[in-house]
Amino acid sequence: MTQLTAQRSTPPSIRTKTRPTRHQVSYWWYLVPIAVGFAAVVLLPFLANIGFSLFKWKGGLAPLRWYGLGNYLDLLQDEQFWLAFKNSLFMIVAIVVIPTAIGILLAAMLFDYIGRKFGTRAATFLRATYYLPQILPIAVAGFIWSWILDPSNGSINTFLRSIGITEGPDWLGSPDLAIYSVMAMLVWLQIGYPVVVFMAALSRVDPELYEAAALDGAGWWRQFSAITIPTIRPEMFIVVLTATVTALKVFAPILILTGGGPEGSTIVPSYYAYRNFFELSQVGYGSTIATVMSIVIFAVAAALLSWQRRTDNV
Amino acid sequence: MTTIQATRPTAALPTKLRHRKQRPTRWVVLIIAAIVAIIMLAPFLLMVLNAFKTGADYSSNGPLSWPTEFTGQAFSHYLDIVNYPRALWNSILISTVVAFVGTALAMISAYAIGIGKVKGGGPILAVLLLATMLPHEALIYPLFYGAQATGTFNTVWSVIIVFTVLQAAFGTYLLASVMSTVPKELLEAAAIDGANRWQILWRILLPVLRPALSVLLVFFFIWTWNEFYIPVVLLADQSSQTVPIALSTLRGQHNIDITVLNAGSLLSLLPTMVFFLSFQRTLSHGVTAGAIK
Repeated sequence: MTQLTAQRSTPPSIRTKTRPTRHQVSYWWYLVPIAVGFAAVVLLPFLANIGFSLFKWKGGLAPLRWYGLGNYLDLLQDEQFWLAFKNSLFMIVAIVVIPTAIGILLAAMLFDYIGRKFGTRAATFLRATYYLPQILPIAVAGFIWSWILDPSNGSINTFLRSIGITEGPDWLGSPDLAIYSVMAMLVWLQIGYPVVVFMAALSRVDPELYEAAALDGAGWWRQFSAITIPTIRPEMFIVVLTATVTALKVFAPILILTGGGPEGSTIVPSYYAYRNFFELSQVGYGSTIATVMSIVIFAVAAALLSWQRRTDNV
Repeated sequence: MTTIQATRPTAALPTKLRHRKQRPTRWVVLIIAAIVAIIMLAPFLLMVLNAFKTGADYSSNGPLSWPTEFTGQAFSHYLDIVNYPRALWNSILISTVVAFVGTALAMISAYAIGIGKVKGGGPILAVLLLATMLPHEALIYPLFYGAQATGTFNTVWSVIIVFTVLQAAFGTYLLASVMSTVPKELLEAAAIDGANRWQILWRILLPVLRPALSVLLVFFFIWTWNEFYIPVVLLADQSSQTVPIALSTLRGQHNIDITVLNAGSLLSLLPTMVFFLSFQRTLSHGVTAGAIK
């Protein structure tokens, strides 16, 4: 990411040696295919979406009625929308905070401890099991979990019954509990990503550093906080950035596990936009939600990037 | 990416440095790691356990019991209600085309920026990176209309086009920085030998970048395979659905046996599982691909 601007001057040698001999196609032509694709798939749809957000529109052949910024003003008054954003914070806890924190510990445990004392094979095997949910189609993960969490014949409540708790909680059906059940599933889904990234980062650490620290009498925790954490800082940043963006976009788990319910308690912005688009036929309003989501994601990403730049310079 | 190395067995510390008393802790740590592994695997094991039961067995003995007999009944029932072979073919077609075309497209555009150093390369990469962060909600309704207008709605091609571009946007960002690490002498030598720019890209850079490209291929394949939101909207018809979407159409149909759903889930994750196991090494290197410094 830091390299973006670093490349500028072409070494003159290439030009002077090749130019005179034959005509060269400009490098700009190589950008034409992606430019066309980007315009068709990203830029024009995104602009059209912003356009839609300025209208009241039921979609399809229904008439477009100019509404200006009305949709945006309505959004500010909309309790569902604010609840959706509040739930995004829960998603950030489940996808960013908990997996990153546990991920560091698990990665250090596998790499420094299990890898050394039980061999790399054990560490590699355990890492693969942690990573497995990451390659699972989300539709499958959603299915398994909505069944495991089922109040009457789900595995968890069946297990609780077998140890004498007859009335297991309604994990996904209770408005107070559903969001935490969803979060548990998301932690399970996400944890493998930081573990794998951090383990790769740890392989950069010079073992002699730990050796020297151990000779100086530093315990595991001292070594962890003084050597491990600073070394994997760049990777921590990448994990936090990508996971935050993911958390703000969570959709499929909500659609499959709860459908936003019960009583709208697990609604998230992307699901709210989806409902407006395809269930409530309020396309203009749905576009408004999607536009606001994009702005929030860009703002958060920009804030994280500038924060990283500032702390790097200190 | 090139700086990140495979996890190697760390050179063993001289044994005299280790504390002799640590014996019990090492087993405690191993047990903790194993418990985490069991929690991670439990949903998979439950799925396998219940996919091979009969419906009657499940309803009388519940999800945690061992099957009274192993049967393929649930699988054949799933194959009756979902056109799995068709979905499998759609998924393979979509993911393969996106992986190869997306990687090629990324390579061509990255060439202009990483090697060609065109003006404004930095801002172009920043815009492409933003595109990968964009929520698909902000594109879906226009894409939905665009697909209908171009006659690609309900065909695999709508999804192929969309994801080729989206994956290539990310790939360009990644490959541009990898390309800028390629030694200049290599390209100069090729140019002196009479290769033009197009030939340099495919004859010189392609072999040099093979490791990075294979990571991209594998990731594009899996990402596209697992993609949910855009396919669920653009592929409404069974004939064009992918494996995960076909499974999700059964959501909320309570008359379908749980064993059938488990069999369907198992069938749906099998291809990614096979893929994961065969490319495990590539994947575990590539997961750090975003973390290039």
